[in-house]
Amino acid sequence: MTTQMFGAPIRRKEDPRLVSGGGRYLDDLGHDALAAAFVRSPHAHARIVEIDAADAVDVEGVVGIYVHEDLPGRVGEPLPLLIPHPTLTHGRTGHALARDEVNHVGEAVVMVVATDRYVAEDACQRIRVTYEQLPPVVGIEAARDGVRLVHDDVPGNVAAHMLQEVGDVDAALAASPHTLTLELDIERSACTPMEGRGVYARWDDERGELRLWSSTQTSTGVRAAVAAKLDLPLAKVECIAPDVGGGFGVKIVHPWPEEVLVPWAARLLGQPVKFTEDRREHFVSAAHERGQLQTVTIGFDDDGRLLALDVKLWHDNGAYTPYGIIVPIITSTQLLGPYKPGAYRCEFWSLYTNTVLVTPYRGAGRPQGCFAMERAMDAIADELALDRTEVRSRNFILPSEMPYDHGLLFQDGRPLKYDSGDFPASLAKIKALVGWDDFAAYRATAEAEGRRVGLGIGCYVEGTGVGPYEGGHIQIETSGRVNVSTGLTSQGQGHETVFAQIVADELGVRLEDVHVTTGDSRKMAYAVGTFASRAAVMSGSAIALAARKVRTKALRIAADALEVSPQDLEIVEGTVRVKGAPATSMSLGTVSVLSNPLRYAFDEAAQAATQFAGTFDPDKPPVADDDEPGLEGRDFYSPTQATFANGMHAAIVETDPVTAEIRILRYCVVHDCGTMINPMIVEGQVHGGVAQGVGGALYERMAYDESGQLLNASFMDFLVPYASEVPTIETDHLETPSPLNPLGIKGAGEAGCIPVSAVIASAIEDAEGFPITRMPISPNDLWELRRRHAAGEIPSLHRATRTAPKETTA
Amino acid sequence: MKPAPFVHHAPRTVGEAAAVLGQVGHDGKVLAGGQSLVPILNMRLAAPAHLVDINGVEGLDGIVVGDEAVRVGALVRHAALARSEEAYAALPLLRQATLNVAHPAIRNRGTTVGSIAHADPAGEMPAVLALCDGVVEAVSTRGTREIGWQDFFAGPLETTLSIDELAVAVRFGRFPAGTHTAFRESARRHGDYALAGVGVRVTVADGVVTEARASFVSVTDVPSVLDLGPVLAGTEPGSTAWGVAVDAAAQAVRDHVQPESDIHATSDYRRMLVGELTRRVLDESALAAEGDR
Repeated sequence: MTTQMFGAPIRRKEDPRLVSGGGRYLDDLGHDALAAAFVRSPHAHARIVEIDAADAVDVEGVVGIYVHEDLPGRVGEPLPLLIPHPTLTHGRTGHALARDEVNHVGEAVVMVVATDRYVAEDACQRIRVTYEQLPPVVGIEAARDGVRLVHDDVPGNVAAHMLQEVGDVDAALAASPHTLTLELDIERSACTPMEGRGVYARWDDERGELRLWSSTQTSTGVRAAVAAKLDLPLAKVECIAPDVGGGFGVKIVHPWPEEVLVPWAARLLGQPVKFTEDRREHFVSAAHERGQLQTVTIGFDDDGRLLALDVKLWHDNGAYTPYGIIVPIITSTQLLGPYKPGAYRCEFWSLYTNTVLVTPYRGAGRPQGCFAMERAMDAIADELALDRTEVRSRNFILPSEMPYDHGLLFQDGRPLKYDSGDFPASLAKIKALVGWDDFAAYRATAEAEGRRVGLGIGCYVEGTGVGPYEGGHIQIETSGRVNVSTGLTSQGQGHETVFAQIVADELGVRLEDVHVTTGDSRKMAYAVGTFASRAAVMSGSAIALAARKVRTKALRIAADALEVSPQDLEIVEGTVRVKGAPATSMSLGTVSVLSNPLRYAFDEAAQAATQFAGTFDPDKPPVADDDEPGLEGRDFYSPTQATFANGMHAAIVETDPVTAEIRILRYCVVHDCGTMINPMIVEGQVHGGVAQGVGGALYERMAYDESGQLLNASFMDFLVPYASEVPTIETDHLETPSPLNPLGIKGAGEAGCIPVSAVIASAIEDAEGFPITRMPISPNDLWELRRRHAAGEIPSLHRATRTAPKETTA
Repeated sequence: MKPAPFVHHAPRTVGEAAAVLGQVGHDGKVLAGGQSLVPILNMRLAAPAHLVDINGVEGLDGIVVGDEAVRVGALVRHAALARSEEAYAALPLLRQATLNVAHPAIRNRGTTVGSIAHADPAGEMPAVLALCDGVVEAVSTRGTREIGWQDFFAGPLETTLSIDELAVAVRFGRFPAGTHTAFRESARRHGDYALAGVGVRVTVADGVVTEARASFVSVTDVPSVLDLGPVLAGTEPGSTAWGVAVDAAAQAVRDHVQPESDIHATSDYRRMLVGELTRRVLDESALAAEGDR
């Protein structure tokens, strides 16, 4: 038998190429292309009075300088609002180049195209833009006050106001024996992929065709958007995502201004043009996420069971809403995690600020939601002097209650209905992994050494694999090579490997014979994109379905040729053979030859396939009426709803009693993403997610000053954790298959980062003995909290966390 | 993030380098390791018309250990200084501090002299030069001069080197017998610019402290040395009196430094931090002193 590939922790097929310099990223392409650079707004909010490019036009090598007035027709119209929503009553988008007004530092105002990027930047420096500054709106409080407005025609800076309620929250709160209110605060962070954005376009004047490469998470989306903007037939636009050096959400947004302008300039100039974003540009002109203020009111009984949950969120959506209000919708629905909330109401306001726009970043609103819910769980435990895991356990949705319908609408507009999951089993695993019940003894030992430690926990549920669909196409060549294509893109997740594993098992071929292409609109024009932990679920399922079609066809053709019944055949290592009589066989390559009757014999295999070769029935056409030439198949997967993965994390942290430095001593993860295609890749995804979560919990924030200047727009000051800051991650898995797709899989891409802020807050709180309500937290922040706690400004927890609390010296 | 146009000069001798610097004057900048300069150029925070690249200049990469001092040439990389067993034997502080300079990749390119000439208040090596009572050797077409560390640092990112002068070497002064050193800093991430850092030298004779000094990273505008002799002298490292004296030393340090607030930490926090780090490095040096006995 062929070795089973599905479920095997095999090494990634793409890694030898990627780690040995063989990757082809956007900036590796188009060495003959002109370079685009941008003059960007230095002000957070201003009117453009005058643009003077006189000093720049003479710079040797400048090919063109463009402002908004130069943009014809739809190129100059506002960028599309990609995801409208009934509650997004005041959606606003920017222009490819700012028209009249700029709304954040970094907004593109002028495009320079030149022979190379050095020259383009020289010219940018010589362009003088006169601005009339307007009062900026920075921070959620300022936006919520509504005294200053980002957009004159958006009262109160409210882009969207949404409310969902299940049950009667006011009545349930009134009837609750206990109530608590938490005020919480999560700061901004960002995806910061190693490779920034980039786009490269070639216009073929003879054919009137555009070929476009973009470092994107959706090549089909970019293709359609650019075709619409440039008034080109879709058939005249191709879009390819080359190797992409990370996305994490920011590259699902499209079209970026540069994705419109670069192809437009390439067509205008009749020369290839390329834009490669630099790091500073990425900080001020791409996208951020996370920033929210939250008020969480809970009602619960004496056993710690939730009776009512009332959540208000103020979400900072930045200057524009091209990606709609996906992030706060996800926060408001996914904060429920593995729990039954009793009566539930969530109301949010999505607010404009004069800052970089906010679009989904790995986790996409869930880290904030998880933070709210898990802070609430810890607060209940503390209020009732119960173990924190016990409170969680009492509020779990049980396996017997699956599928569980929350009665809410999820981000895809479909019911929020959990398909499967075993939360009590996950909790048992995480408690065992971290040694939950032994922690008191561990803490006593640490305290005896003068050390301060704390234990934290966080649980989450993640809706993954949202629709509408993905497709898979498989074609087997006469050599036996299996070509697999799916339209969604790859940013390093290991798609070449996991999709090949699926195909190898479904078809019975060797892994090395399977070649996967992603994100090329020429190969698969129908696709959505890589986001929402959906690639494995959506494309994996579609590819499996396509493989089953090809298998059926291969068996039919081989059965005809071998004069046996298809039921008697099996495919092993690329050979179709009779079960129990393996000598009677033919390779899939030969089946491919037979599947395609040829007129011309250009090689030996073709000779065997010509319509004059062998015997044939003169009464039948070479290709039957209900058949097609070629050994190939295509299918699509479109689910009725998302599939819900879950996980639980726990950590032990140590805080320095004097300096308040914070160290993660242990980090444990129990993760359930259904059936795993490749456990090693799942673990890699979890590790990467936790690393980004650690960034969000302890290091990363966007330091805007009151005028809207981003003070840390570099990797020197925006503190992405290094390997030295990321703890060893201990993992355990549970596999609760999804009933929704043919493979039983759930998404895994975002999971790792979701609960980290909640877990670290829980652990620091446990170490310190007072509530942590704001993340991220730095040593300086913790030190200030200790001072305020010592001054009586912050209450203590009810439980005694430290046996011998010592006050901070100095 | 592409630099503005510049002329690249590649002198082969100190004389040639000095001649080029003499010609280009204010428009020139010396390129050695480039670990600070190149990012500054790329972000166009500076746009010198001439770069005088000394990487091909002969005779600048030596580490010479003498009786009085350790002389480090302008092309000695941090990594080479950290690795040098001779330098470590003569002046352990050099390795103790150099290993706190950023990350290995940066230490492999960045030069110790360049770091001192850059005069960043967050730099480790300026503080070390001060604690070692060091000297900078500068060459121009006008001749050679030696600049004591007190006269070298003029302000944050500012030195008294003339525009036509090349710092060809620094000399770190060696300590008297019985001197123990320790160096510590605290950064947000491993290898980042320190929020605060401190190096100490404690000289012990006949079991009691005779001399003690400290210098600092990130909490003073320019390198400065605080004499801790008044609080520590006469105490026996590790004794009860020592403990009391260390508290006083930490207080003296907190009083001495003038940290500023930025997005990573407030001045209050840095002041607390450098006091605590002082306590810890003094105890480290005490352990070393006790080990001597």
